[in-house]
This record gives sequence, structure tokens and C-alpha cells, in this order.
Amino acid sequence: MKVSEQDQILLKPVEQTTKRFWITAAILFSIWFIGFLAYLRQFHSGLGVTGLSRPTYWGIYITNFVFFIGISHAGTLISAILRISQAEWRRAITRSAEVITVMVLLFGVGNILIDLGRPDRMLNVIKHPHFTSPLLWDVTSITCYLTASSIYLYLPLIPDIARLRDRGVKWQRFYRILALGWQETPKQKRILERLISIMAVVVIPIAVSVHTVVSYVFSMTIQPMWHSAIFGPYFVVGAIFSGIAALMIAMAIIRKVYRLEEYLKEIHFNYLGILLLVMSLLWFYFTFSEYLTVFYGNEPLEMEIFRSKMSGPYAFYFWMMVGCCFVIPFVILANRKTRTVRGTVIASIAVTIGMWLERFTIVVPSLVNPRLPYVRGIYHPTLVEFAITAGCFAAFILLYMIFTKIFPIVSIWEIEEGRESSLQEVHERVKGYLPGMGGKSE
Amino acid sequence: MTRWGMVIDLDKCSACQACVVACQSENNVAPPNQELHEQGRSIHWIRVLPTFEGTFPHFRMRLFPLPCLHCDNPPCTKVCPVSATYKSEEGIIGQIFSRCIGCRYCTTACPYTVREFNWKKPVWPEEMKPIRNRDVSIRPKGVVEKCTLCTHRLQKGREKARVEGREMIPEDYIPACVEVCPSQAMIFGDLDDPESEVSKLVRSRRAFRLMEDLGTEPKVIYLSEGGGD
Ligand code: SF4
Ligand code: SF4
Repeated sequence: MKVSEQDQILLKPVEQTTKRFWITAAILFSIWFIGFLAYLRQFHSGLGVTGLSRPTYWGIYITNFVFFIGISHAGTLISAILRISQAEWRRAITRSAEVITVMVLLFGVGNILIDLGRPDRMLNVIKHPHFTSPLLWDVTSITCYLTASSIYLYLPLIPDIARLRDRGVKWQRFYRILALGWQETPKQKRILERLISIMAVVVIPIAVSVHTVVSYVFSMTIQPMWHSAIFGPYFVVGAIFSGIAALMIAMAIIRKVYRLEEYLKEIHFNYLGILLLVMSLLWFYFTFSEYLTVFYGNEPLEMEIFRSKMSGPYAFYFWMMVGCCFVIPFVILANRKTRTVRGTVIASIAVTIGMWLERFTIVVPSLVNPRLPYVRGIYHPTLVEFAITAGCFAAFILLYMIFTKIFPIVSIWEIEEGRESSLQEVHERVKGYLPGMGGKSE
Repeated sequence: MTRWGMVIDLDKCSACQACVVACQSENNVAPPNQELHEQGRSIHWIRVLPTFEGTFPHFRMRLFPLPCLHCDNPPCTKVCPVSATYKSEEGIIGQIFSRCIGCRYCTTACPYTVREFNWKKPVWPEEMKPIRNRDVSIRPKGVVEKCTLCTHRLQKGREKARVEGREMIPEDYIPACVEVCPSQAMIFGDLDDPESEVSKLVRSRRAFRLMEDLGTEPKVIYLSEGGGD
């Protein structure tokens, strides 16, 4: 299989590695390494090196866990929805989204393991499972999600791997094995397309279940301001919200670094920006409902936590979250003029920060104010926790970069297919919608 | 079926903390240290909890000796992913230290904040090591621990009765805190036996449970002050 002249640029990152790449990789690797050393220290001397204490038993590792699992909704979910709804503009962005999912999930799971007091015993979860624990459902649904989204990432990769194999530049054997003998016969194509559409449908409920279950970890307890029925949908919406933001940041970087302006166009950012705006409004709606009902309910214990977020020690984080998740993105994205690549990226960065803060303001203030009046604490994360967190982020970006060096980050065959058949197909489809145009109505 | 429970008479409690010390040495809880204490990390399986009602100068302070309340409907056991904490047939909430993975989900789920976590490896002064209780395991870092109503004493009592070829009597099983309480404010026994002292006290008008509205049904029951009986 040949790759046409104009698409050669998509293979460039795989075939050429610039000096800039190595420098960035080295920096990220160093940050990861510092995080790794910090973790070794924690592993050796116990969780005492963190800022956690009674009653704040959970801190930024759990925040990171919820945050990363949330980001993971970028990929699979968005790409699956766009595929199913036959949104043609998806073709250039699905792959970069799916990669985010798979990689970031690893870090979500990783943060749970980092948070364990006895990581050496993690297999107890399999040896002695206890099914009434939401944490166990978590393990189950995240494992399903990781499996399903890895398959969902791999399937559309096959034709592109075959293209790399046929060029035979490097690692022939590696690509040959992964390509599974792909020759682009009509039969193979039919099977692949069928499998992709099955996976797209399978992946959506799994993704929704994942974040619902994550929220249940909190809402199944009777802690004030955690015990809330809205948490399931609230977390799912937040997850998709932060997922889209992360995807746009990734796209903007890829576009800039690999000069893919032709593929990731303004219009993509514009459309995703509108999606982000919708999610921002939804997020605001959920947050508003959650806090307003608590305020009217006026339960003393809940009010204590409520106040600590509105005007107490967590007010800074809370209001910064509102600014980052609602005010900034709304102002930028509601205006067509500012909904440019740069504008959407700024909004996305704000959303990503805001959503991390959201997780933090859910996890920590409730723990700091337990029901019994005698223990109170304030939680300040330590350097170790920051180093490990930074290490996770650096490692994620590094892995993502490495992926772009092994596989094309924009799906070549889907772009080709788009050029070849979808113009015609869309024409037919639109005719089908309109009355009196004689298109076949399904 | 036996259902172990405890009654704490607040009229009699003088907050002397003898129970705290007894529990500490009975259960091999490493001696408190200033640094850990300031970080909110000192471990106590039972502590005397002060609560305040009203504001100065019109306020009332109450002191509750607070062990794990061994809830009949415990929020902590439901959430443990590995069944490291469980409710035994006789209602004691046990903790398998060697299985706990240290996720601390139970500590966040317990509304009474009585579960403790080993943030670091416990430190023992050399001279205290030989006098540790051999019936209770030493916990490593990274696991959750809490009051177990001295279950090892239950096993011992049961074995003693068997060896002597008789039924167990109340004196065979008494937790350390109850045993040492100088004012006999703590009473222990079978809540399901209508004749036992605890079940009589539980039926008294003064009996109440902490945060009863949560539906956790604690088996540690308090008798409010001002009883005089
Ligand atoms: S008091 Fe807390 S630790 Fe003890 S049984 Fe009840 S919920 Fe569990
Ligand atoms: S910390 Fe231990 S006992 Fe508590 S829920 Fe986790 S595994 Fe179970």
C-alpha cells in the first residue's frame, strides 16, 4: 500500500526524529525520574512522607486518580460518538483522542497504586475480592475500559501499520506482526469496519460506567457532601468536559510540532470548542444544582463543608475552579471571534486546571470536616506528593510523544477513505434527509 | 447467638484515660511520640473525645471514651475491597492486618473517625520490645488498625473454658479497657442475653448511641449523665 504524496507529512514524525524531540524527551524523562525517586522514598518509608493525616486520609493521589480517569473519556468516548454519528470531521482527530484514553488510564490506575499503603499486596484485590466495595467495581470497570479502549485504538491502527510495514524503513518485523497480514482486500476492510463499529458501541456504556463507579466510591459513603445522588452524572459530565479539553491541547501541540495545519484545521477547533462550551454549561448546571440543594437543605454538617468551600480555607480553590471551568471558557467560547485555535486552547488549559481543582475540592474538604467534632485537620500536600504528581504528568506526555514516533498520530487510511468515498456518501446522505430530493430514505 | 457489646456510663467516667493506656499496652500500639502526634498521626484504639455544646461561658463539655463502636450495620466493612475488615458472627468488627492493602477506604467511610492508619513503621523503644503482648500481632506500616474488642481475649477465654470443660462465663472475656476502668464506668457482655448486665443497662432510660440517626447501630452504648441510679 502506498501513501499518497500529500499524506507523506503524516509519516514524517515516525521516520524522522528532530533534536527538539530528544531535548523535550530528556526534560520529561528527568521530571519522571524525580517523581520516581520520590515514589521510592514513599515506598520505603510509608505514606508518612505525604501531608495526609487523620482525618484527611485521601489527598492528591486520589484527586489525580479521579482526574486522570476523567481525562480518559476524551478519547474513546468522543471518538466513538463522532464515529457513530458519522461526523465526517472526526477523521483527523480520532486517533489522537484514543491514544489519550489508553495512556491516561494507566496513570489513573497508577495513582491508586501509589496511594496504597501496601502496594505489594495489591493482588489481594483478586485473591480476596469483596463485591460490596465500590473500589472493586472500579477495578472491574476500569479493567474492562482499558481492554476495550486498547482494542478500539488498535483496530483502526492496523491499516496504517500495514502501510508502515510496506515502506519497510525500520522495525519491519515489529510492524509485520502487528499488521496481522493486512492487505486491504475488500473482505478485510468489511470485517474491520464491522469490528470498529461494534467496538464503538461497546465502548460508550463502559466509559459511562467507569466514571459513574468512580463517583460511587465517594457517594456510597455517608460522609457529608459526598452522599449525593447527582455524583454519577456529575462526574461523567465532568469527565467528558476535561477529556475534550485535554484532547484539544494535545491536538494543538501535534498540529504545531508536526506542522499538521492541513489536517487539524481551525474548523476542528471550532467544532470541539462548541462541544466544550456545551459541556461547560452542563458542568455549571450540575455544580449549581449540587451546591444550591446543599445550601437550602442547610444541614449543619454539610453547611460546615459548604462554607469551607465558599468562604473558608478552600474558597480559593473553589472559586478558581468556577473561574476555570465556567467563566473563562464561557467568555472565550461563546464568542465566534475568540473561538480560534489559540482561544480554544486557552479555554482548554483553564478547563483542565479547573477540573483538577474540582476533584480536589470534592475529595479533601469533606474529609477535613468529619462528622465527629474532635478531629479536624488541614491538608497541605508535601513535596513528595507534588513530585510524584509532576512525574505522572511528565510520563504521560512522554509516552504520548513516543507513540507519535511509532505510529502515525492521524489516521492515514481514514483520511484517504474520506477523500475517496465520503464526499459522495455525504452527498447521498444529505439528500436522504431532505424531502423531495429523491434520496433513498432509510 | 452472642452479640458482644459495651456500655459506658458517662456518670461514672472520670476521664482518667486508664482505658487509653491499657488498650495501648494490651494491643501493642507503639508509644505515642510528639512529632507524630502533632502531625495528627498518633495511634490510639480508644481515645477520650471532648465535645462542646454552646459557647463560652454558657457551655457544657462532655467527654466520651471512644473506641470503635462495632456497629451492627457498619459502613466500614462494606467498602473494603479485600474483606480485610469484616463483621464476625458475634458482631465484632475484626481487622485482618496481613490482608489490608492500605487503601484507607474504610477510614473515610467510618463516620466516627476511629480507624487508624500506620503512616510509618511503628517505633518501639528497645526496653519496651520484650514486654509486648504475644497474643497480638505487630502491625507493619501501611495498614489500617482499630479496636477489636480485644478479640484475642475472647479466643483465650473460650479455650480456657473448653480446657476446664465448662461453659464460658462473663469473666472469661473482658476487654482490657473494661478491666482496668477504675470507676467501673465500662461494662461489657452479651447484648442478646436478656439477663446480662449490659442488656439490662441498654434498656435503661439513659441509654443512647452516638449519631444514632445514621443507622449504623453501634454496639457501644452510652449512658447519659445525671442518672443517679
Ligand atoms: S465505629 Fe467505625 S470502624 Fe467501628 S464498626 Fe463503626 S464504622 Fe466501623
Ligand atoms: S485500608 Fe485495609 S481494611 Fe481498610 S478498606 Fe482498605 S484494605 Fe480494607
